[in-house]
Amino acid sequence: MAKEYTRPVSMKDVRTHYCSGCGHGIVHRIICEVIDELGVKDRTVAVAPVGCAVLAYDYWDFDTTEAAHGRTPAVATGIKRVLPDRLVFTYQGDGDLAAIGTAEIIHAGNRGENISVIFVNNGVYGMTGGQMAPTTILGQTTATSQYTRRPEKEGYPIKIMEMMAVLPGVTYLERTTVTSPKEILTTKKAIERSFRTQIDNKGFSMVEILSPCPTYWGMSPSAAMKRIRNEVTKTYPLGLIKG
Amino acid sequence: MKYLTTGNEACGEGAIRAGCRFYAGYPITPQNELTAYMSRRMEEENGIFIQAESELAAISMVFGASVAGRRAMTSSSSPGISLKQEGISYIAGAELPAVIVNVMRGGPGLGNIAASQADYFQATKGGGHGDYHMIVLVPADVQEMFDFTYEAFALADKYLNPVMVLADGMLGQMMEPLEFDDNIKPSGEVAKPWALTGSGGKRGASVKSLFLGSGEKSLEAHNEELQKKYNKIKKDVTQVELYMTDDAEKCIVAYGLMSRVARSCVDALRKKGEKIGLIRPRTVWPFPSGQIKAIAGRGVKFLVAEMSAGQMVEDVRLAVLDDDRVSFYGRMGGGIPTEEEITKKVRKI
Repeated sequence: MAKEYTRPVSMKDVRTHYCSGCGHGIVHRIICEVIDELGVKDRTVAVAPVGCAVLAYDYWDFDTTEAAHGRTPAVATGIKRVLPDRLVFTYQGDGDLAAIGTAEIIHAGNRGENISVIFVNNGVYGMTGGQMAPTTILGQTTATSQYTRRPEKEGYPIKIMEMMAVLPGVTYLERTTVTSPKEILTTKKAIERSFRTQIDNKGFSMVEILSPCPTYWGMSPSAAMKRIRNEVTKTYPLGLIKG
Repeated sequence: MKYLTTGNEACGEGAIRAGCRFYAGYPITPQNELTAYMSRRMEEENGIFIQAESELAAISMVFGASVAGRRAMTSSSSPGISLKQEGISYIAGAELPAVIVNVMRGGPGLGNIAASQADYFQATKGGGHGDYHMIVLVPADVQEMFDFTYEAFALADKYLNPVMVLADGMLGQMMEPLEFDDNIKPSGEVAKPWALTGSGGKRGASVKSLFLGSGEKSLEAHNEELQKKYNKIKKDVTQVELYMTDDAEKCIVAYGLMSRVARSCVDALRKKGEKIGLIRPRTVWPFPSGQIKAIAGRGVKFLVAEMSAGQMVEDVRLAVLDDDRVSFYGRMGGGIPTEEEITKKVRKI
C-alpha cells in the first residue's frame, strides 16, 4: 500500500522540545507541508521569534534566523527588501507580536511589506512560565494575573487582527485554530493563501492561529482544545478578517 | 574630485562608495542630514532606504539585511543609539557585519543637541548586554567621516562584527573640503557563504545568537571564540596618530573633534619651545594601550581632554598605570574645552 502521510521534506527528523498538547508542533508541520507543496523550500527564509518557538531552526530544514523580542517583522523587512524573490515569513507568539513587537507588526503592515506573518496566539507567555499576555482573555488566571484578568486592573485582550485590518497596506488577514483536523486543514489553507499572496507580490498578510497551551492553562490537551472552541473563540472569532 | 560638504553627508557618501546598499534610520538631531542624504542616494544607487518606526526596528532591519548578505548601515545620535543597543548585541552575538554611526549629542537623558563625547563608555565597553565589543572608529574631520565610514564596511565584513563610527554633533554638522577618487570602488568585499538567501538545495541553515540547543557548541565555547576574535582585532585593527610625541615630555590624549583643539595647543606650545605632543586614537576600541604604554615608559606626563566627564581617561590610566602622571580636563553637556583651557591645564601638569 502506498504511504500517504509522511514527514514533510522541510521538517527535520528530530524530536521537538514542545510540551504535550502544544499547538506549535502542528503549526510547524503544516507550514512545512505548504512549503513542500509550493516547492519553495530552497528559497524560503524564516524569522523565528523570542518565545517558545525560538528553536524553530532546529525543526525546519530551510534557512531560518531569529530576531530580538518583537523585532521579528523588522528583521523580515530587512531580508525581504534585499531578497524580494524569496519567501520570507515570521513566526511569532502573542507576547512577541502583540506586546513588545506591537510597533513592528503594525508598521510592517502599514508599509505593506510583502511578507507573511504566522501569529500563534495561545494567550500566555509560555517560554517564561505562563505569564499574562496582551491576548490573555478576561477571567483567565495566569502567573501574573493571579486574580484573573480583570478589565479594570489588567485591561482588555488586544485584537491585533482587527487593528491591522484598517491598514491599507495589509492585504490578507485570517484567524484560524488547530482544534480539529478540519480546523487544521483550514489553517493550512490560510497559510498557503498567505504565502501565495506574497509570491504574487500582493503585500502583507497574516494568519492568526488560536493555539493551545495545556501546560500553562493547567488542563489536559483535550480540555485545552475544548477551551479554544468554547471560550477563546468568543473573544477572537474565527474566519476571514480581510482579503 | 573635491567637494565642500557636511560631516553627515560625507559619512553617507563614504557608505555608498563602500557598497552599502541598505540603510534604515529614524530622525534625530544632529544626524538628520545623513538620513536625508541616504534617502536620496540609495534610490540613485538602486539601494534600499527605510525610515523605520523606531531605532529598535531600524537596527533590526539592518540585522535582516546583513543576514541576507547585504552591506548595511544605520545611524543615530546618543538617545537613539541607546535604543539600538538591543540590536547591536544581537548582531555581535550572531557575528554579523553592520555599520552603526553615532553622531553624539549631550546627555544623559534627552540632554541637548550640542556636540559631546559622553557615549565613549557605551561605545567601547559593550553598551548592550553580554560580553562583546564593537570596533569603534573616531573620525576628527569631514574627510575622515568619509574615510572611516568607507573603511568600516571592510572591517565589519572581515571580522563579522558590528563597527561603529563614533562622531559628534559638530563633526556631523560642520562643512569642510572632502576629496575622494570618483572611481573609488568598495574594498574588502568577501564571499558570504553564511548569508541566508534560501538554502538552494542544501540543508537549511541558521544565523542566530542563541546557544541553547542540544548538539551544538555551548554558549561558553561561542564566547571563547568571540574573545579570540576580539584579541585578533586588538592586534590588527588598533590605529593611533602620534603627533610630535618623539621628544615630548607631556602628551595630550584626545580623539575626534577634541583632538583638533588639542593639536592647536600642541602647535602653539611647540612654537614657544615646549616639548608637547598629541596622541590621537583613531580607534577607541581597540584602544591604543600599547602605544601609550610605550610613551609612558619614557616618563611622559599625560593630559586627557574630552567632551565628557572623563571616560577615555580610564583607558589611558589603565595603559599608564601611574595615576599621578595622568590628568584630565573635560567639559560636559555640550561644552567643548577651548584651546586656552587646555593650554592652561597642560602647563600645570
